[in-house]
Amino acid sequence: MGQFIQQLINGLTLGAVYGLIALGYTMVYGIIGMINFAHGDIYMVAAIIAVTVLTLLGALGISAVPLAILITLAVVIFFTAIYGWSVERVAYRPLRKASRLAPLISAIGMSIFLQNMVQLTQGARVKPIHAMMPGGFELFTHDGFSVHLAYTQIMIISVTIILLAVFSYLITRTSFGRQQRACEQDQTMTALLGINVDRTISYTFMLGAALAAVAGVMVTVYYGVVDFSIGFVAGIKAFTAAVLGGIGSLPGAMLGGLIIGMIESFWSAYLSPEYKDVATFGILILVLMFRPSGLLGRPEVEKV
Amino acid sequence: MKSMKQQFAMPALCMAALFAAQAHADYSVAIAGPMTGEYASAGEQIKRGAEMAIADINAKGGVLGQKLKLEIGDDACDPKQAVSVANAMVNKKIVFMHGHWCSSSTIPASDIYNEAQIPMATVSTNPKVTERGLKNIFRIMGRDDQQGSVAGAFIASKFAGKKVAVVDDKSAYGKGLADETAKGMQAKGAKPVLRESITAGEKDYSGLVSKLKAAGIEVLAYGGYHTEVALILRQAQQVGLKLSVVGGDTMSNNELVTAAGGNADSVFFTFAPDARANPEAASVVKRFRDAKVEPDGYVLFAYAAMQLFQQAATQAKSVKYADLQKALAGGTFNTVTGKMAFDAKGDLKAPGFVVYQWKGNKYDVVK
Repeated sequence: MGQFIQQLINGLTLGAVYGLIALGYTMVYGIIGMINFAHGDIYMVAAIIAVTVLTLLGALGISAVPLAILITLAVVIFFTAIYGWSVERVAYRPLRKASRLAPLISAIGMSIFLQNMVQLTQGARVKPIHAMMPGGFELFTHDGFSVHLAYTQIMIISVTIILLAVFSYLITRTSFGRQQRACEQDQTMTALLGINVDRTISYTFMLGAALAAVAGVMVTVYYGVVDFSIGFVAGIKAFTAAVLGGIGSLPGAMLGGLIIGMIESFWSAYLSPEYKDVATFGILILVLMFRPSGLLGRPEVEKV
Repeated sequence: MKSMKQQFAMPALCMAALFAAQAHADYSVAIAGPMTGEYASAGEQIKRGAEMAIADINAKGGVLGQKLKLEIGDDACDPKQAVSVANAMVNKKIVFMHGHWCSSSTIPASDIYNEAQIPMATVSTNPKVTERGLKNIFRIMGRDDQQGSVAGAFIASKFAGKKVAVVDDKSAYGKGLADETAKGMQAKGAKPVLRESITAGEKDYSGLVSKLKAAGIEVLAYGGYHTEVALILRQAQQVGLKLSVVGGDTMSNNELVTAAGGNADSVFFTFAPDARANPEAASVVKRFRDAKVEPDGYVLFAYAAMQLFQQAATQAKSVKYADLQKALAGGTFNTVTGKMAFDAKGDLKAPGFVVYQWKGNKYDVVK
């Protein structure tokens, strides 16, 4: 029982991080119908910037943890959004009219570029920060197993819930959301109606990058160790989450992230950590066999 | 246009002259290891050690009157990349290789050096490295079965009666070491309670940690690299689990201390006897420290590998493979890590493993 609750907490935390990254995949897919494979590396860039900012703040003597995290979030979101904008401008916009394969390859190229750039400029060593928010609550003890809820886990889960609410509101209720959904349906018609399509797409990339930035900061504070290669695994897992939940759907991405986080966490605690990825991808295959458009995805209507 | 051409022509000519001169006079020796990637800090140690050794050897007149030139190969601990590094090194006509570092890289790469008749000295500890009948490979470090039996006996005596889990990272090195450690424990009558594997390179090991906690594990015998141990320790602390870790030679990396966030003091590891304490190594150690390099981990091994080459070539009076191989296989060499002589497989005749423990930023022998 104790272990079950502990794994539930761990799985929720992990799932929230995957979900945050998956939101970025799903938003970009929603608007231009392509998988932004560089998204995982945007998240990695964010985590590296977060380490830099946190170290810098530490050196400046800003030791109040909430303040430090808020400043870090602001700085990291700012820089990561610029990265998101640049990636779209450089690698995808010129290819928007090209065949579907071209931007996909361009995305993979971008991913390799970002990873190598960080490796060369920041070095390959892992970058640790000291434990920022150590400790947490000891919830209860059952059968000699004490269940812990760390402050960082509370932070990650609540930030994720808030962001999901904000973004759902943004997409469904605001004029920007309407513009975005219009671009999703028909870019030419949207442009004829006087909406700046390029700008809307750029904003979407920046918002996606901002979500990756938040995930990057959270992970840096939670695990305390980042390096240039973390983007790949996280990117693949988040992409899986987006597909599992139904790519293009915001709640779907979050649900997919949570499911994958739970599977990983329970599988490695009760069965074998060795085969947890097999379990994750096995379930993905099963879901896609019965629901090809994902759990909450709508089947794509062929545009005429 | 004309002036541009001239601008380029001059340096180009100089370079050509330089290369031509070098190609005739120098012997190329090489190191290979993870210069980039997750384990790049080990690569850096090797590089520092080899560079210092070559500078020292060249300052004393080189080998057989020729200067040494260092080639550096980066395999990032990726077996595929190791093979292409090996091919590139063969093309560069190196006469001696120190490397690779990860056992999973050394094993495929050594076949290529063997075909090209290049002798090599490695610190990779997986038994398979020397068990395949290759004559060109010499191991200047102990083997995982030796390391495992020392670690196993240490666990059985130091942590007698405590619950022990044996975990590896599925790499050739990690799994080999974990298996040998489990064997070593059983030989002393201690039995591991859990046997698990994880995937290296991930960040979340909370599943493993809570499994360990649920099983009441107090000691983790780990086969793998330091980065994962650091994360496991941090995540164990988060759920209030006190773990002692017993690992292998890779835990000697001081990156562990920063990455583990203050939890590294519970890490024990087996490693070759500390060469820094050798009286013969004192002057070399001092020069490393003067150059602001702490000669821990693999630094002195890289230095010793180059000394090994220099002494073998001097004894053989040649750098031809047949002569060098014969000298290496038959001779005894004085290096900064101690006396070296090899058995028929190419393993050290008298390897030693000692158990260390991290204390703050330093590790010390456990008595």
